[in-house]
Amino acid sequence: MFSETIELRGHIIDSLILPKVLDQILTHGANFKIGEIKIGKRRADQSFARIEVSAKTSEALDELILRLRQHGAEVAEHADAQLAASPADGVFPRDFYVTTNQQTFVRFDGKEIEVRPAMMNSAIAVDRKRRAARAVKFFDVHKGDEIVVGHQGVRVVPVQRATSRTDLFQFINTIIDADEPKSAIIRELAGELRRAHAAKGKIAVVAGPAIVRTGASQHLVRLIESRYVDRFFAGNAFAAYDVERALFGTSLGVNPDLAFARGGHENHMRAVNAIREAGGIAAAVQKNILTSGIMHACVRHNVDIVLTGSIRDEGPIPGVTTDAIEAQKVMREKLADVTHALLLATIQHSLAVASMLAPSVKTVCVDIDPSAVERAVEHQPLQSIGLVTDVEPFLRELAGYLSDSRIRD
Amino acid sequence: MRELLLCPPDYYGIEYEINPWMSRARGAQAELAQKQWEGLHATLSKLDCKVHLIAPQPGLPDMVFTANAGLTIGRKFIPSNFRHTERAGEQSFFVERMKQRGYEVRWLPENLYFEGEGDALFSGDVLFCGYKFRSDIQSHRAIADMLGCLVISVELVDPRFYHLDTCFCPLPDGGAFWFPMAFDEYGQRAIREHVIDLIDVSQEEATHFSCNAVVLERDIVLPEGAPQLVTRLHERGYRCHELPMSEFIKAGGACKCLVMFMPQRESVA
Repeated sequence: MFSETIELRGHIIDSLILPKVLDQILTHGANFKIGEIKIGKRRADQSFARIEVSAKTSEALDELILRLRQHGAEVAEHADAQLAASPADGVFPRDFYVTTNQQTFVRFDGKEIEVRPAMMNSAIAVDRKRRAARAVKFFDVHKGDEIVVGHQGVRVVPVQRATSRTDLFQFINTIIDADEPKSAIIRELAGELRRAHAAKGKIAVVAGPAIVRTGASQHLVRLIESRYVDRFFAGNAFAAYDVERALFGTSLGVNPDLAFARGGHENHMRAVNAIREAGGIAAAVQKNILTSGIMHACVRHNVDIVLTGSIRDEGPIPGVTTDAIEAQKVMREKLADVTHALLLATIQHSLAVASMLAPSVKTVCVDIDPSAVERAVEHQPLQSIGLVTDVEPFLRELAGYLSDSRIRD
Repeated sequence: MRELLLCPPDYYGIEYEINPWMSRARGAQAELAQKQWEGLHATLSKLDCKVHLIAPQPGLPDMVFTANAGLTIGRKFIPSNFRHTERAGEQSFFVERMKQRGYEVRWLPENLYFEGEGDALFSGDVLFCGYKFRSDIQSHRAIADMLGCLVISVELVDPRFYHLDTCFCPLPDGGAFWFPMAFDEYGQRAIREHVIDLIDVSQEEATHFSCNAVVLERDIVLPEGAPQLVTRLHERGYRCHELPMSEFIKAGGACKCLVMFMPQRESVA
């Protein structure tokens, strides 16, 4: 929301100018908050009101303020944000403003500009010429860049949480513990994903290797096939296990379909090698080397795959971004338009993604470890639900609801 | 005795178009305009008032509409800041004339448009001020600061009734006649809350500039063409003097526009 503070003075009560201005704000789809009001005591005394007006877009706000000015509204003066130059590449000035992932505005030359993107744990760089403010990370700052310092002239707008009765996310910050029933929540979530899909929202899945190891791949594949996944985030290990399962039936040597069957611990190395030989995952699908599994489903259904690596990775599989800074950039880019995120059975990757999500993204975190769920939910305090459970039954049930055409909202 | 300021129509004519009534293609007939103005002058002169004149100036055809010169309270004169540059030249002549008559000139900030008595009329102890087409609402606040009285700002919404005195005429008994549709809903409510006994003028009679009337106690000088209004004013004990004003209506003015009270009020309560 963009906002501006206006002031009204004069005989605004007797002239009905105050109610007129407030009515106009509402009829133009904007909102107001009365900051201060002083009503004249005697008949000839003038009154005063300070009103914060907020609108969805900067253009709508400007147009509204222009109208309100006709009725005597004056825009209150505010202090600009303070700027200081970065002392060196990769270093912010001392006392730099540290961002949250909430929508943020900085005032500069008397007007507010929105900081883009809304990104947590960043500084704000202001480009005076282009009148732009962007959230920057350490790697992105250069000596002399003008950075916002202190809190003056910075305004943060918390996300309004959903108020719709049917919205699952109205129960903010909810964690469903291991011993609590989950079916109803999963059914609601299926409804939410259906609506998101219909409204052309973007759904991201962040997946850990446990999905493959617990034999939940087939359920995730159903979600992909039903087009409920737009972006797929995982690590090198996930891809390696998924390919191993597709090529050899095992994941890290274990066949989830056979009770107590062990063996084939070298399979994952052979799987990585096969993909390297084919020239990557997409190439392996095209060459009919990779014919099943999650990676295969993603390639077949044009899901954007974002694979990033870690130090203990084997390979890596071609296409995995191993440079951590580069990986942050790619992930941020691919998360920019995401509306829903499913963080499934991967603590580190989930936390990395959660820290990059806009506060409006509806997030579900599923993990068997309660502390992992708690930490992920903390990152998205307004729009998240956590489920403490094994990921396999969760995905099985969710895929069941989503592929059952009889269940409609 | 009330004192009035008028300006002979020697240079009057439709030389530009700054309101929906004005059309250079349909100019005023100079001789007829002269005759109509003289009729007004003669009528007023017979009533309980003293008429003063200001010398008309070439190139300022609308100077004849003295109501827009400014607002006079006691011995203070607040000159107008005309919205249209076509009329801005009138200001210095009116200021000089008022100074000659011993008035203290009180200036509004230059950036605030205000068109004098045309947009500022007392009803009881309340000064009603019109805004949007000609005067800025911000000027009302400056006037309230200067005069220390209650100023009710009302928005004008019909461009045909671009000044308050074209659609609202207060009466000495506390009532008023008006054309409500010229105001927005809030303005209508504000007027209804502060004025007792409002006489609504029909659209047809309002477009004859019936509200643009000079009220001198029980005498009301107004343009002809408002039989219903005249009947209602008679019922309330007013004497109506109906005058032909066709040539001035072509410029968007009539009786009241041609007159400024000196002063409109001796003092504010």
